[in-house]
Amino acid sequence: MSSNTDILRDFAQQEYKWGFVTDVAEERVPKGLNEETIRLISAKKGEPEFMLDWRLRAFRHWESLEKAQAEPKWANIKYGPIDYQNIVYYSAPKRKPELQNLNEVDPEILRTYEKLGIPLDEQKRLAGVAVDAVFDSVSVATTFKDKLAEAGVIFCSFSEAVREHPDLVKKYLGTVVPYTDNFFAALNAAVFSDGSFVYVPRGVRCPMELSTYFRINAAETGQFERTLIVADEGAYVSYLEGCTAPIRDENQLHAAVVELIALDDAQIKYSTVQNWYPGDREGKGGVYNFVTKRGKCLGRNSKISWTQVETGSAITWKYPSCILQGDHSVGEFYSVALTNNRQQADTGTKMIHIGKDTRSTIVSKGISAGFGQNTYRGGVKILKGASGARNYTQCDSLLIGDKCGAHTFPYIEVKNSTARMEHEASTSKIGEDQLFYLRQRGLKGEDAVSMIVNGFCKRVFRELPMEFAVEAQKLLSVSLEGSVG
Amino acid sequence: MSLLEINNLHVKVDDHEILKGIDLRVNPGEVHSIMGPNGSGKSTLAQVLARRESYDVTRGSVLFGGKDLLEMKPEDAACEGIFMAFQYPVEIPGISNAYFLRSALNAIRKYRGEEEVDAMDFLPLLREKAKLLEMDEKLMNRSVNESFSGGEKKRNEILQMAVLEPRLAILDETDSGLDIDALRIVAKGVNAMRSPERAMIVVTHYQRLLNYIVPDFVHVLVGGRIVRSGGPELALELEKQGYAALEVEARKAASLA
Repeated sequence: MSSNTDILRDFAQQEYKWGFVTDVAEERVPKGLNEETIRLISAKKGEPEFMLDWRLRAFRHWESLEKAQAEPKWANIKYGPIDYQNIVYYSAPKRKPELQNLNEVDPEILRTYEKLGIPLDEQKRLAGVAVDAVFDSVSVATTFKDKLAEAGVIFCSFSEAVREHPDLVKKYLGTVVPYTDNFFAALNAAVFSDGSFVYVPRGVRCPMELSTYFRINAAETGQFERTLIVADEGAYVSYLEGCTAPIRDENQLHAAVVELIALDDAQIKYSTVQNWYPGDREGKGGVYNFVTKRGKCLGRNSKISWTQVETGSAITWKYPSCILQGDHSVGEFYSVALTNNRQQADTGTKMIHIGKDTRSTIVSKGISAGFGQNTYRGGVKILKGASGARNYTQCDSLLIGDKCGAHTFPYIEVKNSTARMEHEASTSKIGEDQLFYLRQRGLKGEDAVSMIVNGFCKRVFRELPMEFAVEAQKLLSVSLEGSVG
Repeated sequence: MSLLEINNLHVKVDDHEILKGIDLRVNPGEVHSIMGPNGSGKSTLAQVLARRESYDVTRGSVLFGGKDLLEMKPEDAACEGIFMAFQYPVEIPGISNAYFLRSALNAIRKYRGEEEVDAMDFLPLLREKAKLLEMDEKLMNRSVNESFSGGEKKRNEILQMAVLEPRLAILDETDSGLDIDALRIVAKGVNAMRSPERAMIVVTHYQRLLNYIVPDFVHVLVGGRIVRSGGPELALELEKQGYAALEVEARKAASLA
């Protein structure tokens, strides 16, 4: 409780805590998007032919969509037109080619990470978390590579994977989210900068939790991460994604793609704590988080769990989904999405039941405060051949104040009569009585709101790896500043 | 200087004057009972002292420990040492009783510049108090008041009081909805909290509770005014005669005013 209070006091200075810029010499590709840009990006990364080829095909597809004005407009969000030519698609801090250890990393960059509270040092090692730190489109340091290598786990930047493990990349890239999937997936496939690549071999339980931190630094740089995680038969991996970004006036587009593939008896747990700059109180600035995340439970008995805590971004548009192809496969989605001030979110999940005896669980907690507009969009599809399918969905909204909105669009499509579906939904306000009760026991107003909200989110927080759970609670408190009333 | 000094307190709710000039002095060690018919303003008085913000104080003052109570926010009044046992305790889903209570205790300690209690040290303290109120330890891991019976909720209120050790405890109709056994246990808890440093205001409808928690002073609140004050025997008198006579008196007085 006391740490929450400290944070709230800090935050009362009305500043986005992580809103600072690092002065690091950057290498930039000129603004604009055309074939030249793509070739330049691919060349800078030293990519093999197949990769450039894939990018170009994606780009041409995107161009055709753009010409046909096919940018999707159906979501429950409002934003001005994005000028795709007014974005820099590649920016990397100048550094020496391969860094063997942390001493070789640009000290400015390391200091940035310290400020973000993720010191890449011995303490982190002791905590047993491998960090693949992505800094402005290029992975800077990959720690614990050796320890993971012992277990046979490959955890590296996507760029490195393309160079060092092209066969694996070729085999799986685009099999869950092909570049034809949607407008932003096409864009991402063309210009993706970097991200993580994970491969866990047969029967291996990844010895530590994997995590990556992102940061958008340079002005007008969109982040186009591409992440691919493959768990081979009987493998297990838990991956954590947490991101922050500095204050900028121009909106920053973040169109990432994450593909997860779980083979027979494999499990992937993907957790996200998202704290991109949400824009100011009037809704100016802030990150546009348009992400395509999808997991394919390819093998029998495979399992993919998504857990997300989304407190940042001006606009959040994402549906981490599961394709339950393997028999007896399991998909899970646990989410807390917060919209405060002028934030907007249209988020949810898709569970597609294809195999037999598949199961999905959806727990979505939406919190709206200020003038925030929070939309849950869920799709549960039971295909004809998916016998014995089960789904449980719980979707709860909490409204703080009377100027915000919560909207729900559940889609349920069942084509097999043996399916069992459960859907529960609730909408509530933070009660005056509850607040007064907590305050009468000595808790400050903001702490009381925090406590009630944390109670509301508990079911989701329980799914997060411990250290993330703590960060998530802090984030929620900080993001709710000024919403008591 | 009294612990609590209420002077000519007038309180309005939605343009309706509920309290019409309350005067009261409460000293440490004393147990005062406020009795009265429905609508007399008993709960309003309790809520105003606990600093519920929906009440409008139009006149008068309240000093607590010499400080202006009406200037305080609910959490500050709580940290200064005021505790109210609610008539209808709410549920807080997702937050365990233990966690909530420890957070409250630490908020108060922090205010007082005292060291906070960690989870390990808090547990034995909580256990001891739970025993006193004959509450199953397992209830402490449940969400605050979640699925608690009426009796359990009221006992939980007194349990919280026992942990937070207030200077002034206000019990708002703590006996409502309780059977004899629950009443006995609640009274046991309350009586165990009686001390020369602590004052209590017991708001109640019925005399029965006062057989178990014997007050030092009884005040009868009718039509927003304290119309009679006395010792514990006043409560017995009321039980025999009811409020009717006093209500008539009060109406007469009001029409003359």
